[in-house]
Amino acid sequence: MTVDQAVTTRFLERAEAKGLLDVAVTTMDSPLGTLLLMATPKGLVRIAFESENREDVFDEVARQLSPRILEAPRRLDPVRRELDRYFAGTLRDFEVPIDWSLSGSFARKVLRRTARIPYGSVASYGEVAVGVGSPRGARAVGNALGSNPIPVVVPCHRVVLTGGAIGGYGGGLPRKRWLLALETGVPATSREGAPTG
Amino acid sequence: MKSTALPPFQSVFDEHAQALLTFLTGAVGSSEAEDCFQETMLSALRAYPRLGDASNLRGWLFTIARRKATDTHRARARRPVPVADPDPGAALDRYPDTDDGLWDQVRGLPVKQRKAVVLRFAGDRSYPEIAAAMSTTQDSARQSVHEGLKKLRRELR
Repeated sequence: MTVDQAVTTRFLERAEAKGLLDVAVTTMDSPLGTLLLMATPKGLVRIAFESENREDVFDEVARQLSPRILEAPRRLDPVRRELDRYFAGTLRDFEVPIDWSLSGSFARKVLRRTARIPYGSVASYGEVAVGVGSPRGARAVGNALGSNPIPVVVPCHRVVLTGGAIGGYGGGLPRKRWLLALETGVPATSREGAPTG
Repeated sequence: MKSTALPPFQSVFDEHAQALLTFLTGAVGSSEAEDCFQETMLSALRAYPRLGDASNLRGWLFTIARRKATDTHRARARRPVPVADPDPGAALDRYPDTDDGLWDQVRGLPVKQRKAVVLRFAGDRSYPEIAAAMSTTQDSARQSVHEGLKKLRRELR
């Protein structure tokens, strides 16, 4: 049991005004199941599929960023709007600001490079490795992509194996296939039975 | 292996907010309970990342709440007492409406006595309140009322 919603809302407003709302969190429904969204004042910092244990995600963020984590959906409104349009096939490029704080310097380079792969196309792990100046680092690139804290918006699903095999995906391969099908314009009917587990 | 991180503050809020609000309603009254609650939660949120030991979150929160309740009581004691109007000129038309000439005599009293008598009998204020309104001591307020009444008695005889 908790207090009146109005009391909670006023608390969130005051926390935000005093700069104490370090991490805002909310959830949204999507064709890929419920998504957990987190944002700092700098921008979107974390997206988690249901396949990730929620307590582990909170633990990771509390430890690496701050335990001042509060359910404050408003800060994530722009993110939710863009994701809704993306899943509806009407948005190709995300514009919400990103907070890269959860990634180390190499991973950050890899993810930034990945974010430049255009909607609907793919690149190989090796190509991304070349793109970040580590031509022999395809495996390291794979690791960095596997720990992408902001899947979907940072499109690590666009990185596949040389020769066209799909490669791996932190959120599970069915989700990666679904996202690639969405972006290559496979009709919605063929995309039914989207993975939500 | 690292120790467990602090739980997200949201779960602290969810778990303890209602108990804190109930406690504060008892401690400072319903009209100021929410303010006190908000101050408590904001202080807790501010200090939370530095909290070393999360084993007694409830005790920690109630310690903050008790402090905020004490602050509220102190602020209440310091708050100026609402008096009729400490400016005797502005208070003139608030004298009780009688026609026995008594309040005309009051208007003729020296300023300090007039203020004190008006506050005491027209405003029905206590001596601590009169003292506060006149920025003087309770003894001095009593003295002014006493002398004012003595003068009135003489004049009305």
